[in-house]
Amino acid sequence: MNTLSKTNRRDFIKLGMAAGSGLVLGFSWREGAASSLEVLNESALPAGLVDFNSYLSISTDNVITIFSPNPELGQNIKTSFPMIVAEELDADWKKVKVVQAVLDTKKYERQLTGGSGAIPHSWERLRKAGATARHMLLEAAAKRWKTSAGSLTTKEGNVIHADGRKLSYGELATDAASVPVPTEVKLKDKKDFKIIGQPIHNVDNLEMVTGQPLFGLDFYREGMLFAMIQRPASFGMKIKSVDSAAAKAMQGIVDVVTFKNNVAVVGKSTWEVNKARKALKIEYEKEGNIESTTDHDRIFKESLDRTDATVRRKDGDVDAAFKSAAQVIKREYQCPFLSHSPMEPMNFFAHVRPDGVELVGPSQTPDMARNATATLLGIAPDKITLELTRLGGGFGRRLKADYVLEAAELSSIIKAPVKVAWTREDDMMGGSYRPAVRYRFEAALDAKGNLTGYKLRGVGINANNSTREDNFPSGAVENLLIDSIDHQSPITTGAWRAPITNFLAFAEQAFLDEVALAAKKDPIQFRLALLEKAKTSPTGAIKYDIDRMKGVINLAAEKSGWGTKKNLAQGFSVYFSHRSYVAQVAEVEMKQGTPVLKKIYAAADCGIVVNMSGARQQVMGGIVDGLGHALYGQVTFKDGAAEQTNFNNYRLIRYREVPEVEVHFVDNGIDPTGLGEPALPPTGGAVANAIFKATGKRVYNQPFTLQDEMKGVKLGEKL
Amino acid sequence: MAAYSINVNGETKKVDVLPDTPLLWVLRDSLGLVGTKYGCGIAQCGSCTVHVNGTAARSCSLPISAVGKNSITTIEGLSEKGDHPVQLAWMEVDVPQCGYCQAGQIMNAAALLAKTPSPTEDQIATAMNGNICRCGTYHRIKEAIVIASSKMK
Repeated sequence: MNTLSKTNRRDFIKLGMAAGSGLVLGFSWREGAASSLEVLNESALPAGLVDFNSYLSISTDNVITIFSPNPELGQNIKTSFPMIVAEELDADWKKVKVVQAVLDTKKYERQLTGGSGAIPHSWERLRKAGATARHMLLEAAAKRWKTSAGSLTTKEGNVIHADGRKLSYGELATDAASVPVPTEVKLKDKKDFKIIGQPIHNVDNLEMVTGQPLFGLDFYREGMLFAMIQRPASFGMKIKSVDSAAAKAMQGIVDVVTFKNNVAVVGKSTWEVNKARKALKIEYEKEGNIESTTDHDRIFKESLDRTDATVRRKDGDVDAAFKSAAQVIKREYQCPFLSHSPMEPMNFFAHVRPDGVELVGPSQTPDMARNATATLLGIAPDKITLELTRLGGGFGRRLKADYVLEAAELSSIIKAPVKVAWTREDDMMGGSYRPAVRYRFEAALDAKGNLTGYKLRGVGINANNSTREDNFPSGAVENLLIDSIDHQSPITTGAWRAPITNFLAFAEQAFLDEVALAAKKDPIQFRLALLEKAKTSPTGAIKYDIDRMKGVINLAAEKSGWGTKKNLAQGFSVYFSHRSYVAQVAEVEMKQGTPVLKKIYAAADCGIVVNMSGARQQVMGGIVDGLGHALYGQVTFKDGAAEQTNFNNYRLIRYREVPEVEVHFVDNGIDPTGLGEPALPPTGGAVANAIFKATGKRVYNQPFTLQDEMKGVKLGEKL
Repeated sequence: MAAYSINVNGETKKVDVLPDTPLLWVLRDSLGLVGTKYGCGIAQCGSCTVHVNGTAARSCSLPISAVGKNSITTIEGLSEKGDHPVQLAWMEVDVPQCGYCQAGQIMNAAALLAKTPSPTEDQIATAMNGNICRCGTYHRIKEAIVIASSKMK
């Protein structure tokens, strides 16, 4: 595995040292800790070197090792983080070796994957780490050549003298280790970037295409037991009785253990525990509300008219604006629960010993998982090690620690190392889900088609605030009311890629399309006019950057030839989420009376693109994800149980169903603002608006393919 | 339990497992060949794709008792050094995101190209439609297959 375990990590450092020391820069990735850079040379190496795992090392044979702390789930952070360090170091990328770091809160901050935040958060300190090492190498070379560091340059892992002589970083590494660590370093001018912005390939590609063990489910340990857990199939139920006699008697079964609402079957192989689990006889009884989708539909309808909603934002006098309106448009939009369904189902390895706990597996939030485990077991967090594997997808599901805790609790009960694995059915039926939400939008237009009033009510099932009250068009409308109601349900929900905005963006952008039409304005011009209003006479606080939003709108319009294509129906959508901006234009062609989704153009502003290959795929994948779930995704409930169980009845988008995608980035030199999520939210709206343009039919609910408006409509068919 | 002798990646392997154990779990739990992935267990996602006598098959739904003398190839055995044209194309195009489904995608693509060295777009789509990529790397999968095809001619 590419994750260094405790043992071989120590070996690795010893080997590195034994090979002639070199430069080992122990830099802290923590906020405000830039001055704590430490040079570790042989004499300074403390016995407990394992503490210094957040380092950049340059060995005498020119290998540059960079530890990457954040969980990698396909957002490409394991490649992008080291690229930033290597850029400022002026390293030869071919000689950079990347190692996934274990959880270490002393050295790393925000060692998690979520909120599209890793690059924005770490950008500056990664650059400083590389620049600091480069400065020290320059000083070492200057000393050797008896010249000034200012007269020297660096290129691809070498320091270069004005007369053409050069010394490799490896040759200088040991000397550089004795150079004092600078407190201030000059960072590169962005125009001089050579690695940042390049389409550098994924550092794990070879391991992935040859099937090497990388993922949590690939972790095996001599003597490890296998476990599957039977959880209640219905939310709101608890165990009444368990008869495990038949299961216990089956081949390969070591034990059957009941804890909390779990019945764990422990055995010697995956298949044996899977079979034995089916032999369990468990009775359940009611513990909380037993809800069905029909209940949620009723709750949505009732809640939309309630008078006790939580006000999220209120500007001006909405009632007056609607009373004096020349036109009022009122529409409702609803989305179902969604399963995260990462391709690698939940799993974790735990070994709870008297002297400490070892955890290994895929987690988006290893720090939180460790702290929760410490609380559960009543031990100090520093008694627990957590080794991160690569994550076979996350989409928010692995922000939760439930599957880590159950592995730890089971190991503590059976006093043995155990890997708990979920089946696809466990994953799809066991939560947690993207919350189901219904929105009501209302717009007031004056006689000239100006948007004078705007209302949004969000009703969610375990959604907390189902609105984003400070997003566009807030700030551009004088009279505005945004409120929400949340229904508490036993059905577990959680952040699902681009939380809330993954559906809100569709609803809002589809609504604005209708409002623009009612105002007799071009959808893009209508939005640009609102943005101009927000700029010249803003109402209340504005949390989005008006110029950046305009930038992606104009780029998408230009690249898609907006309004110039005679035989294609185009639909537009733009959304700000997290810190970035993405506009999309979808194109639909009518073929023998059937609309066919041909192409989606995307214009993204995520600031500086760190890795052009990863970033392009992040946008393309986000669009495919947004499209697939808008078209097909839904989890419905009957008496508290999910009715979808596996990929035979929970439909994910497939190869044949994707349209062409063309990606463009705004080149504005702004420090990176994140890209893991922002490309997903606009897709549903762009597609729905294009479908309307082509067919005259509006779709209000997801999944599109199950709505009456879409009957007979062929979507997402690739030609 | 029953003893089986199966041919995997050109070697004979002996295992002692329940007769209904899917080949997937024999590969992973008994033989340590973890490149073949579990995704759904019901032949819907393609993550577990291996070759049986050169043809793509879903190892999650193939019991060990049915393997017999057939020759099994897994992602680990597709090439010695990861240099099968499909693997090389996958790296050239930088296909993987999370990477979990990619071994299955590659095995499926390799089986397609072995039988149909110059597939049409429709033949590619038909062959690859059974393999789900939750990250949405389908565009790059297509690009890689086209490149691999051109190099295998």
